[in-house]
Amino acid sequence: MSDTTSNYSDSWDRRSRAERLIRWVLWLVFVAVFIQSWRIMNEDTLWFFVEDAPRQFADISSRMWPIRWSYMDQLWKPLWDTINIATLGTALGVVIALPIAFLAASNTTPNAYIVRPIALFIIAASRSINSLIWALLLVMVLGPGLLAGIIAIALRSIGFVAKLTYEGIEEINKTQVAAVTATGASSVQVLDYAIIPQILPNFVSTAIFRWDINIRESTVLGMVGAGGIGLQLDASLATLAWPQVALIFIAILGTVVVSESISARVRKALI
Amino acid sequence: MTTAAYPTVWKKPPFIKSTYLRYSLWAAVLVYTFLALGSVEVNWSRVVEGADRGMRFVKAFVQPDFVSRWPNIWKGLVESLTMTLCSTVAGIILAIPFGLGAARNLVPGWVYIFCRAFIAVSRSFQEIIIAIICAAVFGFGTFAGFVTLTFATIGFLAKLIADEIEATNPHALTAMRATGASWWQQVNYAIQPQISPRTIGLCLYRLDINFRESAVIGVVGAGGIGATLNTAMDRYEYDSAAAILLIIIALVMVAEYFSGIIRKRIQ
Amino acid sequence: MSMLELRAVTKQYTANDLALNNVTLNIEGGEVVGLIGPSGAGKSTLIRCINRLTEPTKGSVTFQGRDLVGLSRRELRKARTSIGMIFQEYALIERLTVMENVLSGRLGYVPFWRSFLRKYPPQDVQRAYALLDRVGLLDHVNKRADALSGGQRQRVGIARALAQEPDLLLIDEPTAALDPRTARQIMRLISEICEERSLPAIINIHDVNLARQFVKRIVGLRHGEVVFDGLASELTPAVLTEIYGEEDWSKTIQKGGEEADAENEAA
Repeated sequence: MSDTTSNYSDSWDRRSRAERLIRWVLWLVFVAVFIQSWRIMNEDTLWFFVEDAPRQFADISSRMWPIRWSYMDQLWKPLWDTINIATLGTALGVVIALPIAFLAASNTTPNAYIVRPIALFIIAASRSINSLIWALLLVMVLGPGLLAGIIAIALRSIGFVAKLTYEGIEEINKTQVAAVTATGASSVQVLDYAIIPQILPNFVSTAIFRWDINIRESTVLGMVGAGGIGLQLDASLATLAWPQVALIFIAILGTVVVSESISARVRKALI
Repeated sequence: MTTAAYPTVWKKPPFIKSTYLRYSLWAAVLVYTFLALGSVEVNWSRVVEGADRGMRFVKAFVQPDFVSRWPNIWKGLVESLTMTLCSTVAGIILAIPFGLGAARNLVPGWVYIFCRAFIAVSRSFQEIIIAIICAAVFGFGTFAGFVTLTFATIGFLAKLIADEIEATNPHALTAMRATGASWWQQVNYAIQPQISPRTIGLCLYRLDINFRESAVIGVVGAGGIGATLNTAMDRYEYDSAAAILLIIIALVMVAEYFSGIIRKRIQ
Repeated sequence: MSMLELRAVTKQYTANDLALNNVTLNIEGGEVVGLIGPSGAGKSTLIRCINRLTEPTKGSVTFQGRDLVGLSRRELRKARTSIGMIFQEYALIERLTVMENVLSGRLGYVPFWRSFLRKYPPQDVQRAYALLDRVGLLDHVNKRADALSGGQRQRVGIARALAQEPDLLLIDEPTAALDPRTARQIMRLISEICEERSLPAIINIHDVNLARQFVKRIVGLRHGEVVFDGLASELTPAVLTEIYGEEDWSKTIQKGGEEADAENEAA
């Protein structure tokens, strides 16, 4: 066996020398950038606090004990509000997102030079700004309360749902559209018969997925006054009532787990 | 062709077959909507009062002020960007062991349960809540933000990596086992090539998310541009706040554009 | 005057890609024409240029005395209602029911509210039932299109085209996605229906034997030009070489004959 293989090269490399060199340089640059960022980021860090962190953590944890279960009586209403903010906000966002998705998809947009860029900008703006910041702005305008939270959630959801939906619209099967067009259907009819049935499952699962995320997001909106359980969290933190904070965390965890199982079930039933 | 013998009406079969269930679902939706809308109290006089401020904010968007608070904005931006980069890198490095540990086809049961529980906790809590705890534990500032985003990144990526691994073609793993490869060799040869392209895409996506989140956790004291934004809002400096928001939007758009290009190149 | 006249129809996708070059063709009422040629010869483009799913670059398409190329969008929609089309991959709306797919052939005739509410005029519903009976799918009216087999789906496609009450059928590779036996059944159904209604049709078909068996007049396309126009019986090895290029054609033709005989015996 050994005599027959001796004719062949005894080294094998996946990449050529030049490729390997470039990869090494890129890695080196990357590591340098990382180290530099780390230094800049920690310019103002007080390492004394960081070293103290485990003790702090243990201290806070111990102060959470015993959890103040009786506080739950005051949490049901805020929890209900939180769920309403997420649900109504998602519903509002989804309703607005659908037409925007059609305006943004290259194959359904009425005008590729003016309307489409505007729609894409709306999507980008909505996605870039966290719902908490939207809530911050809206509380300023509308005053504290659920309404600000609902609209904040809706504004953040528009971009998310519209983006995933317009990408879905751009990937639809073109022959089905051609077939409906060939019957002499008008463009609204083509939308109704050829495009909407194709994107509906994708759209519904995106909306449910967003609802799931929104439950989580709406738990903190109260921190800036936009209603929900975040209000109680903010108040409990301000008074250092750690046993209440612990209960709020448990309530949030429970809500998120339940909402996740509900959305998984609904998705399975619908699609 | 004679058609007279055929029915003249056709009704689309309903999505939910049972009439009873269909109507009770409709009723439930109606009742819920009614109750939920009823729980929303709107103070209209407050809204009218705020409309004026709203208009001022819209005007500020047309004429944002980048100049007068520029040193603060710049500092906030640098904090946000460094936090984003460091936490994404740290998050990815830590997500790999958690991702491997949460893949049912690779590890023993107790490791699996531990990793999945960690991921579930990390995913259930909004970044803001984590940031509050981190700010209390590590002190206010960027380090708390870094820990927050790293923690969230681990939960996000580890779950996706684990799901990806569980969905890989099992034959490759069996084939590697058959050659007598060690556990690390199995992962390197059978799993890594199958999950790499999508995982790299997800890491870039998480970089986007971390930047967006870094712009908000400052509100609760975890550093970054969010702190600057919060200050601007507190001082009613809407033109500076608008400038900050426009910068965030622009950076997210640029980041998305480049990550789109990179994702196309690696796939 | 012919029913359908193509005059010097040319389609150029890009500078170097001439899909159709000066195609001139007349089709009389009641005539079924088989369009054969290698893939990339421009068969689909030619068919799509007739109802302007693809815009021809030059030339005229005169259907029932009107040039379709110059029509406005509204007029084109009206003209399309009298041209039925059947597609290679069925092109059914998979998530809609069989009935909705057939009724969608009426879209050009009904106002939007009727199509949206699925409230079609009684005679349309009756005709749809009759057509589904004709193609043998009366038991599948309420099934979703994606629950059907390939042959059944193509039957729905045929019913949809006929629901338009067309004066011309454009048929694009109707059997390409079907197994040989189903392909023959579908071709037989199409030729029977065309005969029953003396409906003119243009059928793209890549299978020479199927074309010879079911279609009298054959048009051969090569590189976007008509290189043969004559009876199926005139398809000699020399002609096939002209259309498809060099190959030992004698076997193909002979074998085709045997297959057809065998099938006739079986039936």
